[in-house]
Amino acid sequence: MAEYTIVVGLEVHVQLQTASKLFCGCANRFNPEHPNTQTCPVCLGLPGSLPVMNRKAYELSVKTALALNCNIARFTKWDRKQYYYPDLPKNYQISQYDLPFSYDGWLDIAADDADAPLRRIGIIRAHLEEDAGKNIHDESGRGNDSQVDLNRTGTPLLEIVSQPDLRSASEARRYLEELRLLLTYIDVSDCNMQEGSLRCDANVNLHVHSLDGKHIPTPITEVKNMNSFRNVELAIEFEAKRQYEEYQRTQQKLGDVPKTTRGWDANRELTYPLRSKEEAADYRYLPDPDLAPVTVTDEQVAQIKTGLCEFPADRRQRFQDAYYLSPYDASVIISQGLSFADYFEAVAKIAGDGKMAANWVTQDILREIKERQLTEGTYPVPADVLGTLLSQIHANMITTKSGRDVFQILLDEQNEATVTADRVMQIIEENGLKVVNDTGQLTAAIDEVLERSGSQQAIDAFRGGKENAIGPLIGQVMKNVKGADPKQVREMIVEKLK
Amino acid sequence: MSIVGLSAVDLLETMRSGDISAVDVTTAHLDVIAKREPEVHAFLHIDSDGALAQAEVVDRKRKAGGTLGSLAGIPVAIKDVICTVGQPTTCGSKMLENYRSPFDAYVIERLRAADAVLIGKTNLDEFAMGSSTENSAYQPTCNPWDLSKTPGGSSGGSAAAVAAEMVPLSLGTDTGGSIRQPAGFCGIVGMKPTYGRVSRYGLVAFASSLDQIGPMAHDTRDAALLLEAIAGHDRRDTTSIPQPVPSYSANLEEPLKDLKIGVPFQHFGEGLDSEVSDAVNASLDAYQQLGATVVEISLPYLSYSVAAYYLIAPSEASSNLARYDGVHYGHRAKDFDDLIDMYAASRGEGFGSEVKRRIMLGTYALSAGYYDAYYLKALKVRRLIRNDFDKAFEEVDIIASPVSPTPAFNLGEFANDPLAMYLADIFTLSGNLAGIPGMSIPAGFSSKGLPIGLQLQGPPLSEDKLLRGARMYERESDWKQKRPLLS
Amino acid sequence: MTEHITRDEVLKVAHLARLKLMPEEVDQFTAQLSNVLEYVSRLDELDTENVEPMAHAVELSNVFREDEISPSIPIAAALLNSPKTDGRYFLVPQIFDAE
Repeated sequence: MAEYTIVVGLEVHVQLQTASKLFCGCANRFNPEHPNTQTCPVCLGLPGSLPVMNRKAYELSVKTALALNCNIARFTKWDRKQYYYPDLPKNYQISQYDLPFSYDGWLDIAADDADAPLRRIGIIRAHLEEDAGKNIHDESGRGNDSQVDLNRTGTPLLEIVSQPDLRSASEARRYLEELRLLLTYIDVSDCNMQEGSLRCDANVNLHVHSLDGKHIPTPITEVKNMNSFRNVELAIEFEAKRQYEEYQRTQQKLGDVPKTTRGWDANRELTYPLRSKEEAADYRYLPDPDLAPVTVTDEQVAQIKTGLCEFPADRRQRFQDAYYLSPYDASVIISQGLSFADYFEAVAKIAGDGKMAANWVTQDILREIKERQLTEGTYPVPADVLGTLLSQIHANMITTKSGRDVFQILLDEQNEATVTADRVMQIIEENGLKVVNDTGQLTAAIDEVLERSGSQQAIDAFRGGKENAIGPLIGQVMKNVKGADPKQVREMIVEKLK
Repeated sequence: MSIVGLSAVDLLETMRSGDISAVDVTTAHLDVIAKREPEVHAFLHIDSDGALAQAEVVDRKRKAGGTLGSLAGIPVAIKDVICTVGQPTTCGSKMLENYRSPFDAYVIERLRAADAVLIGKTNLDEFAMGSSTENSAYQPTCNPWDLSKTPGGSSGGSAAAVAAEMVPLSLGTDTGGSIRQPAGFCGIVGMKPTYGRVSRYGLVAFASSLDQIGPMAHDTRDAALLLEAIAGHDRRDTTSIPQPVPSYSANLEEPLKDLKIGVPFQHFGEGLDSEVSDAVNASLDAYQQLGATVVEISLPYLSYSVAAYYLIAPSEASSNLARYDGVHYGHRAKDFDDLIDMYAASRGEGFGSEVKRRIMLGTYALSAGYYDAYYLKALKVRRLIRNDFDKAFEEVDIIASPVSPTPAFNLGEFANDPLAMYLADIFTLSGNLAGIPGMSIPAGFSSKGLPIGLQLQGPPLSEDKLLRGARMYERESDWKQKRPLLS
Repeated sequence: MTEHITRDEVLKVAHLARLKLMPEEVDQFTAQLSNVLEYVSRLDELDTENVEPMAHAVELSNVFREDEISPSIPIAAALLNSPKTDGRYFLVPQIFDAE
């Protein structure tokens, strides 16, 4: 029996892809090279400035919440969350407190055991708020001033809070991967962790399994500063071990000590205690008197819903149903992102064979993308070209082996203008790869090979029960008739020799 | 010819006729300011050069036959809590002693577009918090009628500047009576418009859900003219009302027919000065002479308005004033241990006593464990007060009352008793809680020669009605002709 | 509702509000805030059980701006009133994030 269960809830902050900031017209653009150049009285928090809500930010938020199966509040308002920090010029963050615009949703993710049913992770709420600026700390150790850049201040930020439903570090990572996939699918965020457009904090504790079968919860730790999914995974693993050791040493249970905050040190691969933010428990929320509340009707929500694209989970299922893909293949394709799934689907439709299309795109195409370091959305061979090629294989017009030869020729040509569906047919023609269905021609070729004196030994061996002995004979026939289908040749030889 | 003391309407007419120039008008007022300012202390900043330059532009435009704005060449004084490019915006606070706003408030844009002459910034209680202008970090302002008295507040500088004939027009702001009470104390007309009628963009916030900018002037004609210039929808203020502005001047002379005035007599009891009460009753008699009906109305929750107000306003203020921390602008302390200490020291030094007191009160009311009992409770009582007014306005057109329980009090009188000063706002701050328009008009004088104001309040967006109602009485009385005797 | 505020609470609130108070101010505020809090406790007399709170004087809703970029202000204007700047950033005493 395991000594403990890991319990994780994630708070994910996602910057929304709007043109302008949440409350002013300054550009919403990552631009650390030119600090304090994307500011105005509103996002500087100057006296007399007033916020005006960006319609697109609210719409993108609702879109995301619907994709996360959340309820949309018919009435929502904006509140001020008050704390002092130099990257927060008003010393309050416009956020949402007791009436967030959405709540009670879920996201399905694959279980640790790939064959097990999907795991449904609850979403407590998603709310819209403004991002803070950036403090740059002096790391020389000389105690120099910190620098404050307010370019990021006022960027629309969606906070998505999960239930503590995640039960392992790898599950937490898969949740994040699925969430990122979803957000990029519906085009609300680029989810770039390096640029901070997706950030994640983890609330971690353990349920320690006691000998009498009870589960004892340990105190909760909030882990911050994890700048990649891999780091989230590592940090949770580290934190679980650390908490278990601490529990064994102190026997402290949930409620014995207040929640603590720890940072993740990616270089040393450990978590360390962060100085607790002063009176973190007292944000003195109040409804923002400068901003009007927002109301939506059932009809408006329904309308946004119908305008939504297909979500990754639905598409994964549809690929299995419509193209007869294995759950694994469907997963691999979907996890590559929206563009890749679109590519697959275009190939599969023209090819007329989803399974074959899946094999080719997940093996040959992915390999080429990796080797050529192609950027997202660009492919070594256009979808219609690959589709046409595969359709020829599917229709037994060429053999799989010939198909690979054609594919290689197309790759070598690497010319967008010439690599077309027509070119596929041309290559087949030029190289005489067309499968020969003319049995007269095949019969003649087979007869010619069987009559050769060198063939007798193989014929005898076959008749003696060694079925594989005719392999070389098939090869010789194939040499003479390039487009022949080896399967058909084998069948015809067997028929003759019986 | 005499310029000083004329109304803006008359000045515009005289300038139009070519008898005097805008430069004449500005020069004459600058002269009065130079003479009287050492006694009155109404201004924090006087922009003589800028004002004359603006006046010259008006004169040139006029000569060239160009179109002129509705306030062409009229000097206007601006309460120093309204952001103005090219002049300081200190809010009467040490915190913003050297602050320069990089943008104009909406009302300043409108005044510039109207070709008004922005002559300077007037004194106020720090961040508009107070009822006497003594909370200014720079100087107390004196009442032009009696220099030992307060002009009221927080727009005391704007009120005194008009009363002392330093300017024909000024802008004030009103969060709990800060236009109406000083207008009453100084014997001028002051109006707090409906919340949302005038954009708050560029008004440095005290309590955002209560603040409104409004006109201060010698008479209702000038008040109507100035309100017309500054009212209107502004997309940069989401609480701004998207409705067209009627011409307040156009129908001003037309009396209201079948005017029904409601009076909450039950609140006239405690602490109401008998001379104030007499003046209000006399004005009601005058209205009846003019054909109006006067009825008693009941506003049962009015007596809770001070309590609700002094939770809501400080709570919002504690949040609005959090930004003054010496990081991005404003006063930064010289001596501090670390960042947190820098915040506390800068704010401790930069704010005066009343501001600190209200920040403390608001912070307490919003802090963990008290939110529901204080702030939320006050917001609910606010609704009850609004309902009171809505109900009353089903019966009457206008509600009349005193502006303040007494005429102007002595400077320093309430220095150690803030609560007593808060209680004197009883008649005005309910209007801010409800968001309804209200105005103060001269209604007589005390035996000591101090002005007494009459407050008229109406339902939301009834400014035109209020102004017309006020004009009816103004035409019958000669209070506005009386001016303080100053050097 | 508590009707009075203690000296310790005043100090706690002052810290929350980032206000450094002189000892005499602490005494003064303790007395004055107690007075005010006692006065406002009269709201307790009212039954507000089913009353909607009124946070705005004009109850508008759904007031948005379109997602359009407007010019930012020059960095010189952004830093104009800064008590301490290096011409690119606002400068503040070192922020300690970690122990």
